[in-house]
Amino acid sequence: MSSDAFPTRRPALDRLDGAWAADKAAQVLMFVAGISAIVFILGIFAFIAREGLSFVFSRFSFAEFFGSIRWAPTSNSNPTFGALALIVGTASVTGMAMIVAIPFSLGAAVYIAEFARGRTRETLKVLVELLAAIPSVVWGFIGLSIMNKLIIDVFDVSVGLNVLNAGIILGLMAAPIMTTIAEDALKAVPDRYREAAEAMGATRWQVIRRVVLPAARNGLASAVLLGVGRGFGETMAVLMASGHSINLPTSIFDSVRALTATIAAELGETAVGSDHYGALFTLGLFLFLITFAINLTADLVVRGIRKK
Amino acid sequence: MFQASALNDRNARIQRRWRLLFLVMTLLLILPVAIILGLLVHHGAPVISWSFLFEFPRQGMTAGGIFPALLGTIFLVSLALVFSVPLGIAAAIYLSEYARDNWLTRAINLAIINLAGVPSIVHALFGVGAFVLFFRFGTSILAASLTLGIMALPVVIVSTRESLQAVPRAFREACWALGATRWQTIRKVVLPNSVSGILTGVILEVSRTAGETAPIMFTGAAFFLPFLPESVYDQTMALSLHLFVLSTQVPGVPEGVPYGVALVLIAIVLSMNALSIGFRMVLRGRKRW
Amino acid sequence: MVGPERTESGGNSLLEVDDLTVSYGRHVALSGVTLTVRQNEIFGIIGPANAGKTTFLQAVNRMDQFNDAIKVDGAVRFMGRDVARWRNTFALRRQIGVVFPLPVGLPLSVYENVAFAPRLRGVSKKADLDVLVERYLRRAALWEEVKDRLDTLGSMLSGGQQQRLTIARALSQDPVLLMLDEFSIAVDPVTTMKIEDVLRELRSELTILLVTNLVQQARRLADRTAFFLDGSLVEVGVTEDLFTGRARHRETVDYIEGRFG
Repeated sequence: MSSDAFPTRRPALDRLDGAWAADKAAQVLMFVAGISAIVFILGIFAFIAREGLSFVFSRFSFAEFFGSIRWAPTSNSNPTFGALALIVGTASVTGMAMIVAIPFSLGAAVYIAEFARGRTRETLKVLVELLAAIPSVVWGFIGLSIMNKLIIDVFDVSVGLNVLNAGIILGLMAAPIMTTIAEDALKAVPDRYREAAEAMGATRWQVIRRVVLPAARNGLASAVLLGVGRGFGETMAVLMASGHSINLPTSIFDSVRALTATIAAELGETAVGSDHYGALFTLGLFLFLITFAINLTADLVVRGIRKK
Repeated sequence: MFQASALNDRNARIQRRWRLLFLVMTLLLILPVAIILGLLVHHGAPVISWSFLFEFPRQGMTAGGIFPALLGTIFLVSLALVFSVPLGIAAAIYLSEYARDNWLTRAINLAIINLAGVPSIVHALFGVGAFVLFFRFGTSILAASLTLGIMALPVVIVSTRESLQAVPRAFREACWALGATRWQTIRKVVLPNSVSGILTGVILEVSRTAGETAPIMFTGAAFFLPFLPESVYDQTMALSLHLFVLSTQVPGVPEGVPYGVALVLIAIVLSMNALSIGFRMVLRGRKRW
Repeated sequence: MVGPERTESGGNSLLEVDDLTVSYGRHVALSGVTLTVRQNEIFGIIGPANAGKTTFLQAVNRMDQFNDAIKVDGAVRFMGRDVARWRNTFALRRQIGVVFPLPVGLPLSVYENVAFAPRLRGVSKKADLDVLVERYLRRAALWEEVKDRLDTLGSMLSGGQQQRLTIARALSQDPVLLMLDEFSIAVDPVTTMKIEDVLRELRSELTILLVTNLVQQARRLADRTAFFLDGSLVEVGVTEDLFTGRARHRETVDYIEGRFG
């Protein structure tokens, strides 16, 4: 039968009307906005590479970059670009931060997710969230003014701006994020696991240790990974609290210099296009790739949970 | 929680001990910060006055106030919002309402995660390479705000997507069944019911961007300027950078002044954050469905 | 053998379904369904849970468009036109009113729920909308109960009132076809009776596709009834025939007599 049976009542039934056109237009616009995130991440890579590549091709030496501790880009006689000390500096501060942050953030996550109830739970969550909001530069200032004096007094050392200071500051900065992610991971463990274990007479702590923690393993691992990523990329706080001196640290009371801090401290003094300028962008490229890898791994680890 | 019949005394004791340990760890996380905030208030509060907030710095920034920095932070954050909020909301709408479960969507999600995870100094390098040099905005409010905006984009996208997805699918289906297009459904049902959640995310973004330092250092924020910016192509002072400069670069600053700047900065950030949290709690209390 | 002749008679067909198969991934929800719904009849669909009744309705108004996992094969011709070839599927859905098992009041006032579809059509004058809102609420037998609180949220009404609100909303589309999916599942018996009266009155102006879990409801309302089982159409017949021992399939008789389902 044909559509002639409805000639008077419904003219132009399947017409591409204004609402249809508006819908299509909106869809295109939203799509463009959606892929903008990809455009930006590629753009970050492209623009940093663009500024850094001339250095990479003309001056960069793999052995020097990763093998030398001499970062002397402004030396007139013999400019060298050894990033080893900076990498070690970043690694030592991040490592110190994780020593501080992992136990406390995971402990806090367990308490908030498994023990705390009702109002206490809400209050703790809000406090953790506020903790995460304190700006990096304020943390740096705290390291510089409060922690510095404290470390000098307590440990009787001459300089309070060192691995310990930056590590504690960075640990306190990373902990709230790690707590939040770890708590999410614990909450994602289905209640029926807990109920099943409790029904067999297990105490809450036994349930947590034998059931909840193993089940949330991947989420906790990704919380730690993201914490590491955060510590790795932190700039202002590390710049202000680490002492910012090129050094292979032998103790936690040695000052160090981080990759991020180097860029922040030196970029303002370089001429666009110079080797020094290109070297700083190369450091940035290195940081970008490392954090990209960390985030990707964390994401894959989390995905691993969902598949199970 | 405690079923006396199921637990013997020993277990109860172990249980209490562990519980206490975790409580102590939680408090140890929060307590130092409380002490630090207390110290900031203790040292910083005496400095703060009307003239501190509304005067220009004088005598090589060792005296006077922080007005240009305060105003500059407001400029930078506002312009970053103008740019990132519409884009972020649109991206979240795409992800929540249009995107299919395919490789492109996964790529977008990965890009968002990475955008949030890239170090702030790397964002700064991008801002220099892209906005300052390539697009020739120079070191300006515009370049700094764009850099800040891109950095804050994931915050807006993620929080908006969450509040869009909190709107039950049944509403969308009822709306589609009525012959509404996807866009009409979004505009008339989905957005009106998630607008407060989106606002919460935006306030959170304000709090994040206001404290950022590294991304604006080389893109548009200046150590010191004797005048206020007149257009988006001018540089500006900013509170976060001002704190860095006062505490590391300028000799002879009275001890209380950086504390005062830190206090003002943290007050802005935390009050924005508290506002966002409060907003969210009010919302949770009165859902319309 | 009166049955076959009687099924062949009647008016123009509004909906012609030809070998319709719907699958969700590997799960086949509906297979090889062929049937015809005529103008101005009440067409009942009965069958136990998971028989594919709801899936059938979704295939008719192209809700599969919003779910990538659904795959539809075969043809559904609505008003003589294959719905798969319909370019503006939103306009298609404007012709088809749907009432869901659980009432879904949009998070809007009673008034705005009913004014929603007219507004989509471009009606914007308050006076016009007032007239339409009252008309559709009256048709759904709800006007007297809500006329003093048109501004309250739709979700604040009782379950039975909400279901009538969704009927008023479906009618406000001015549809050619009204599809109801087990509308009485969350509604008290008195409201069910009220709604059934409404449907009988509506028969003169539109076509009704009534999916129901209540066999007796199909008997009370439907001119013809189809029996679905496990994703297949077992048989279609004049309702009275099916219920008076003239069903051709053993399963139909068993289901109608309550031996399973």
